[in-house]
Amino acid sequence: MLEKMIFGRYVPGDSFVHRLDPRSKLLFVFLFIVAVFLANNTATYALLLAFTLLVIFIARIRLYFLFNGLKPILFLIIFTLLMHFIFTKEGALLIDWKFIKIYEEGVRQGIYISIRFLVLVLMTTILTLTTSPISITDGMETLLNPLKRIKLPVHELALMMSISLRFIPTLMDETDKILKAQLARGSDLTSGTIKERIRAVVPLLVPLFVSAFKRAEDLAIAMEVRGYRGGEGRTRYRQLDWQWRDTLIIIIFIILVAALIWLRGGR
Amino acid sequence: MDITLQQVGYSYAKGTPFEKRALYEANASIRSGSYTAIIGHTGSGKSTLLLHLNGLLKPTEGAVRIGDVSITAATKAKELKQIRRNVGIVFQFPEHQLFEETVEKDIMFGPLNFGIPEEEARQRAHELIRLLGLPEDIAQKSPFDLSGGQMRRVAIAGVLAFKPSVLILDEPTAGLDPRGRKEIMELFNKLHKEEGLTTILVTHSMEDAARYADQILVMHEGRSVMSGTPEEVFGDAEQLKSFRLGLPRSVAFQRDVEKLFGKPLGKLTLTEEQLASAIAAALKEGEQ
Repeated sequence: MLEKMIFGRYVPGDSFVHRLDPRSKLLFVFLFIVAVFLANNTATYALLLAFTLLVIFIARIRLYFLFNGLKPILFLIIFTLLMHFIFTKEGALLIDWKFIKIYEEGVRQGIYISIRFLVLVLMTTILTLTTSPISITDGMETLLNPLKRIKLPVHELALMMSISLRFIPTLMDETDKILKAQLARGSDLTSGTIKERIRAVVPLLVPLFVSAFKRAEDLAIAMEVRGYRGGEGRTRYRQLDWQWRDTLIIIIFIILVAALIWLRGGR
Repeated sequence: MDITLQQVGYSYAKGTPFEKRALYEANASIRSGSYTAIIGHTGSGKSTLLLHLNGLLKPTEGAVRIGDVSITAATKAKELKQIRRNVGIVFQFPEHQLFEETVEKDIMFGPLNFGIPEEEARQRAHELIRLLGLPEDIAQKSPFDLSGGQMRRVAIAGVLAFKPSVLILDEPTAGLDPRGRKEIMELFNKLHKEEGLTTILVTHSMEDAARYADQILVMHEGRSVMSGTPEEVFGDAEQLKSFRLGLPRSVAFQRDVEKLFGKPLGKLTLTEEQLASAIAAALKEGEQ
C-alpha cells in the first residue's frame, strides 16, 4: 500500500549522478537549495526547471516513476498554486466569473512558488534516489568534520542519521503489515468523518511505536555486544574519492549561480 | 463460503523500478467448510496469495471469488469491507496488532468495527478469553503486560471475535514453544469442526498440513503447482522435492520402515498415531 512512495528511497544505478562523490553531491544540493531563492522572474525560474529536468535526464530516472512516487507532494504543490490564484489580488484581472476573480499577479506568483517548491523537492529526491544512505551519512560526516573542534558530536549525529535512514523502509513495511492486520479487523481509514479518521490512526500508531522502541532497544544491545563505543579510532570500509566529475559539478554550480544573477530581474 | 481463484496474477509496485511479480496465473478452489493447507518454500507467493483472500490485495490480473462477490483489479475499496467481515485473518506474529488499553477492549475492536452491539461484543470477548485458556482476570489488564504466548492468544481472540465464517491462518504458531503450538493448532481444529468454519492454513510445517488439512495447495515461484488431498500430495515425494519441499516426518519414517520391511505399509500415515498403528499391524502380521 505504501510501496509507491519514493521519498527517501535509493535506486541503485550507474549514471554520472550516481557515481559522484557524496560530498560533492551533498554540497551541491545544499548550495542549490540556497540558490533557488535567487530566482525572481520567468527566465530564472525557467532556467532552474530546465536544469533540474536535465539532471533527472542525466541520472536516468524515469519521469513517470518520479512523479508517480511524488504524488502526495504534487498534491501539496497544486494546493499552493490554487491558494495563490485565489488570494493574491494584484495586477490585471484575468478571469472574472461569478465569485471567482483571478489576477495576473496571482497566476505569476502561484506558478513561481510552485516551481520553486517542485525544484527543491525534485533535487533532494534525486539526491536520495541516486545516493545510498551509507554514502550520504559518510559524506555528511566528512563535511561536518571541521565542526568537531567546537565539540559538535559529528560522528554520533551521522550515526543517528544513518540509523534513521536505515529504518525508514523497515518502519514502512511494519506500518504496512499493521495496517493490513487492522484493516482485516474492519478498521476503516478511508471513510467517515475527520474525527473518525483521526481515531482510526490510533490502532496503527500504538503498535508502530511499541515495535519501534523494541527495535531500538534490540539494536542498542546488538551494537554494544559487538563492542561499539563511538567514533574514536574508527576506520571506514569505503574511502571517499573526490574526482574530476566532482570538481566539474561545483564549477557547473558556479556557472548556474552566475547565470541566475545575470538573468534575475533587478529590484 | 466457497472461494475460487481464477488465473490470479499480482505484481508489487507495478510501474516502478521496484516492480516485482509475486503471483502468476494462480488457480485454486476452496470448498465451504474445508480445511485447506497452503504450503510452499519461502518466497513462493503463499503470503501474497493469502492477502487476496479477503481483499487486502486486489489481483492485477484474473479474479478472486469469495462467496458471491468477485474481486478483480477494478473492484472498489468500499465493497471490500463486507468481505472482511466474513473472512478473518490471523497474521504471522499477530501480537503486533495489539494496541488497546485493555485486553477486553482489544478483542472488542473487530466486532465494534463491523457493527456488532457493544454488549454482545463484550460477552464474546469474555467467552473467547475462556475458550483460549486465558485467566479470567486478564480482561482488564493491558495487553502489553502479558507474556508472549498470552499476547498471541489475545490477538487470535481479536480475530475470532467477529465470528468470521472463513478463517485464514498465516503460520499462527511461529515462535511458540512446542506445547503452545500444539494447543493452538488443536484449538483451531476444534473451532473448524464445531463452528463449521472454512479454514485456510499457510504453513511451513508439513506435519501440521498432513494432520489437519483435507486439501493441500502447493505454491512454487508464484504459481499454484499442485493440489489435492494430503494422500495425493504427500504420495508424490519426487515432485514435492522439485518444489524444495519435504515429507511430513511420519510419512518419511513410513518410507524408511517400508524399505526395512521390504513391503508397503498400506495407506499413507499422515500422523504419528497412524504411523504407530500401521507399524504395529505390520509387526503383528509378521509374527503370524
